[in-house]
Amino acid sequence: MIEVRNLVKRYGDKKAVNNISFTVEKGEILGFLGPNGAGKSTTMNMLTGYISSTSGQILINGVDILENPIEAKSNIGYLPEIPPLYVDMTVDGYLNFMYDLKKCKLSRKAHLKEICDLCKISHVRERLIRNLSKGYKQRVGLAQALINNPPVLILDEPTVGLDPNQIIEIRTLIKKLGKNHTVILSSHILPEIQAVCDRIIIINKGVVAADGTANEIANKLTNEHKMTIRIEGTSHTAADKQEITNALKSLGGIKYVRADMEREKGIYDYDIEADEKTDVRRAVNALCREKGWNILMLQLSDMTLEDIFLKITSGDIAAVQERISDEAKDAVAGMEMIFGDDKEEGEE
Amino acid sequence: MGAIYRREMNAFFTSGVGYVFLAGFALFSGLFFSVGVIGSGMSDMSPMFGSMFLIVLFLIPILTMKLLSEEKKNRTDQGLLTAPVGLSSIVLGKYFAALTLFVIAESIVFIYAVIIALCGQVVWSTLLGNYFAMLFLGAAFIAIGLFISSLTENQMASAVIGMFVLFVLYLMDSLAASIPVEFLRNSVMSLAFYSKYIEFTQGIFNLSSVVYFLSVAFLFNFFTVRVLDKRRWG
Repeated sequence: MIEVRNLVKRYGDKKAVNNISFTVEKGEILGFLGPNGAGKSTTMNMLTGYISSTSGQILINGVDILENPIEAKSNIGYLPEIPPLYVDMTVDGYLNFMYDLKKCKLSRKAHLKEICDLCKISHVRERLIRNLSKGYKQRVGLAQALINNPPVLILDEPTVGLDPNQIIEIRTLIKKLGKNHTVILSSHILPEIQAVCDRIIIINKGVVAADGTANEIANKLTNEHKMTIRIEGTSHTAADKQEITNALKSLGGIKYVRADMEREKGIYDYDIEADEKTDVRRAVNALCREKGWNILMLQLSDMTLEDIFLKITSGDIAAVQERISDEAKDAVAGMEMIFGDDKEEGEE
Repeated sequence: MGAIYRREMNAFFTSGVGYVFLAGFALFSGLFFSVGVIGSGMSDMSPMFGSMFLIVLFLIPILTMKLLSEEKKNRTDQGLLTAPVGLSSIVLGKYFAALTLFVIAESIVFIYAVIIALCGQVVWSTLLGNYFAMLFLGAAFIAIGLFISSLTENQMASAVIGMFVLFVLYLMDSLAASIPVEFLRNSVMSLAFYSKYIEFTQGIFNLSSVVYFLSVAFLFNFFTVRVLDKRRWG
């Protein structure tokens, strides 16, 4: 349905999009994920023919967007980051204008009614767009994209600035639309992408950093070598903690052991990282049996999409750990703020 | 093109720009008509048409200031440029909307003609000659105004620059006269708007001037399309 080959967009010396290629099949919901400034909007603007690519090719339904823009564009409904609304028009006036602009051949009354019902804007059709709330403006923007029933929908951050209820509504709507349309949507909100999309492309610094379903991407990155284990020692004191840590460290293949917080009285969690591809679970089990310790919990550290995203966009796993320690620092900072910090007062 | 034309026509009246333009045109033409034509007991409206050059020069940038600058500022151009329409349809839709409003404003002269007919004789050939001369002038000025509107995101800047540019075009005759090099003087003179327009009000229907005004209109619409196209490659 959509084919993108070696897409490049250059602004002066800077490559906003650097050699992106991907294809989207009919009926797929594709999520574009990336930090701000990664090139998501630029890519979408090129897909819809708003800006031209420096090099590369975009085929929409087999039609090249640069060679035959009018035909290619008639296959696309686009909701840009800022909905292109004329605020001095009524919703009805605006939708009729877009209907004419897109040279829609469907029955005007029935088609617009269907779209308004779908986007839940039927009751505001006579109102000026200027007076609508952000959520309604977004829905009118979406309605505009749906006019003429285009097979491809491109939605740039469709839920930005909406309240949680509206976000859920729009997500549900997008899922519904995904049954009959090919949808590309961009977001930097991870749960949203995870909730709505069949497939995810992570873009970072203008290149595709990962492409696949959330699980596929996660599987590529996670290994069975990181886990959290809760072990009950014999004495239920801090001495246990030291003993268990040392014992774990002495196991072959384990790179890193850290005793975490005291989760139950006298019982600690241990974060373990083993060499890649070494499954240490059985060895740990044997150790515990031998020492008479009880394993109360064993959890492989599944990477959340957030971890994956951070890992990919920052280039290494260190960032994930940093984030965790940052959260700890934030917590400490928060406590200092609450309880006061002598040093800072002294400096004043 | 039709959709954009109709939207712009509506927008002229919802934004008030249309009213300002029509009222401004009616006010000044009425003033020149009552003082210069009725007041001096003439049945020829040519002096009024001559004076209207300067008024049109300031009114047309008001008409065209928003046409493309607002689209860019409000990002509504994304809707237009990603719709299955060509750039020239977008530009021409807006151009003809502005031109239509200009024709409506200008057609007030037929009311003046009726007033003259009540107490004297209307010379229709002179009136129509003047009418079309002003129409061609408007066609050229609107294209220039639209072009300037495509260059900026700020409608006030668009209006001010438009007035400035059109005023410079008006001054071109006097500037040309002070150029010592004959070749240059003649070249500038041949581009001047005012003398070409004034010829019509003196009863000379010069076809080459008509061609000139229409060429300017065509050229600047073409430039506007190029500006929109260029922005996509930026």
